[in-house]
Amino acid sequence: MFDNLLGSFWPYTIDGLILGAIYGLVALGYTMVYGVLRLINFAHSEVFMIGTMASAFVVMTLGITQPLTGFALVGGLLLMVLAGGAASAGSAMLLERIAYRPLRKRGASRLAALISAIGASLFLQELFALVIIPHVFNRPQQGRNQMGVARIMQKDTLFTIGGAQIRVDQVLIFVASIGMMILLDLLVNRTKIGRGIRATSQDPETAVLMGVDIDKIVRVTFLIGGLMAGIAGALFVLQFEVTKFSIGFLLGIKAFTAAVLGGIGNLRGALVGGLFLGLIENYGAAIFGSGWKDVIAFTVLVLVLMFRPTGILGESLQQARA
Amino acid sequence: MGDLSGENSGIVIPPSNGAQLAVDEYNATNPKVKLEMIKYDSKADPTTAVSLAQQAIKQDKVVALVGPAFSGESKQVGPLLEEAKIPSISASATAVALAQNGWKYWHRVVPNDGVQGPAIADFIVGAAAAKKVFVVDDKSEYGKGLGDAVRGQLKTKGATVTDDALDPAATDYSSTVTKIAAAKPDAIFFGGYYAGAGKLIKQLRDKGVTAKFFSADGSLDKGIIDSAGAAQAEGVLIGCPCRIPTAAETDEKVKKFATDYKAKFGADPLIYATEGYDAMTTFTKAIATGATTADAINAAIGKSDFDGITKHIKFDPNGEPSAKSIYMYEVKGGQIGLLGDTTTAKLG
Repeated sequence: MFDNLLGSFWPYTIDGLILGAIYGLVALGYTMVYGVLRLINFAHSEVFMIGTMASAFVVMTLGITQPLTGFALVGGLLLMVLAGGAASAGSAMLLERIAYRPLRKRGASRLAALISAIGASLFLQELFALVIIPHVFNRPQQGRNQMGVARIMQKDTLFTIGGAQIRVDQVLIFVASIGMMILLDLLVNRTKIGRGIRATSQDPETAVLMGVDIDKIVRVTFLIGGLMAGIAGALFVLQFEVTKFSIGFLLGIKAFTAAVLGGIGNLRGALVGGLFLGLIENYGAAIFGSGWKDVIAFTVLVLVLMFRPTGILGESLQQARA
Repeated sequence: MGDLSGENSGIVIPPSNGAQLAVDEYNATNPKVKLEMIKYDSKADPTTAVSLAQQAIKQDKVVALVGPAFSGESKQVGPLLEEAKIPSISASATAVALAQNGWKYWHRVVPNDGVQGPAIADFIVGAAAAKKVFVVDDKSEYGKGLGDAVRGQLKTKGATVTDDALDPAATDYSSTVTKIAAAKPDAIFFGGYYAGAGKLIKQLRDKGVTAKFFSADGSLDKGIIDSAGAAQAEGVLIGCPCRIPTAAETDEKVKKFATDYKAKFGADPLIYATEGYDAMTTFTKAIATGATTADAINAAIGKSDFDGITKHIKFDPNGEPSAKSIYMYEVKGGQIGLLGDTTTAKLG
């Protein structure tokens, strides 16, 4: 039972960390919105899906048949990340404008916003299944099918650690995700807009009295969360080379779990939660079989919350940690 | 009868067209009794199928039925046809239990689910000469059932079997892939549908696992190549009880069928088209012997003994086809091509 895990410890660890990094990036969106608005943005999984679609569209439009090399590859990757980030950030802001702000302005309950989020999520999925995939991607009648994406970079093995082959794309994904999170952490802790975000999550009324433009802060929060999800989407397409109208569903749940696990509202918690979840899933799968992956992940979530209801790093965006 | 307009119509319209082709060919020979084919669109709903069957028996007074397409509706419609003494031949209902009802008027031209798994397992240990096999399923009723059938047969044949399961909706299969890489199998079998198979193949090949990859009818779809990538899908082997005409068809009868089909319907014959043609041909041959009443037709098809385009058509007393051929398909150069019958096909 355990020899499988011990025999292939490093491959399980590496794969867990890479998936965990993607979870972490998406979890940021959940955690930031929750920190500022106390709202669980269930449509965030679709924001991620839009990111994968935009980068898949870039690969398709470039007409890639052979993996790229050199500057063409760098350009292609940048384009993918930019398209994914822009599409997701744009849709997250639009979502805020259409699905949340009108409710917030009328002082609707948080429950109403939650329902609005679920509605927006279903709307976006169907929009892609019925309209965008058949027409923009030119796959008539295949809106609900999985969509393969051409390979953009050669996946060569860079080096090996304890029997685990580390590929170029894996290094790239891990470094890019962690890099983005460090940048975001600096932004929230060191800049004026970051101070605004922290102030709003601490006490919105006082923040307004102190001259913080709440609407602007909320917009920026959605922008950043969307951007991160879009970059995660591009990295996801790079790694797995597939997407689907419902691709965000499972990943969204996992990312939300990661956010709760790390402590919702806590930026560093999102990263810790993501990596932790990725590792637990893979170790659990190694011991009990991959069919048990999700069972184990959620059992661990329940256990952690029983003993630490606020998650591993604790809740708040406002306190010293974040 | 079958789902001619719903979400599963993709596997019912081809056999319906195939049957139409058989009727047209028969009528073109100017027989004494011309045939009329009536289509019943059950939308794969057993309740609808039952009321349509009543309509077919009482108002339209049919003498024979091709279908129902699926096992669920077959189960409901079977007793009605039995009572009315109307013979039926299904081209695509594969549930094992259907043949165990003691129905005398029910037949099918496609081997049941219990045949496919063991036949593929035999091929894996036989033609592919694998000793260590890794079996993955997608936890679905279909995938798990098939995976278990393959596991059982592999073990009786003396192969070492290791196994795992995956979630078809997930994307990251790295834990399954790592387990497979550590087990170093000669062959891998996946019980499930093409979307899961495609992602699994890609991630296996990217990890440097080169073992032969096998799957079954649920994965027999071009989508498997789209999801896995043409380079990664190369050499993947897929078994199916169906006989689909491929681009590089060598069998003259199937080739002629494919040409006629394309000329008439403007599309390539897809899954179960040939079986639909054979099912209807069984009836036309019975009618050609002079049988015109439902009872006489049933007696005549019971004695059927001819070479159809998919297999030799002959029925066991319980209505099962005597020839239980499972065909093996191989992905080559981004196309799915026929390798041959699992009992005789060889790997190049």
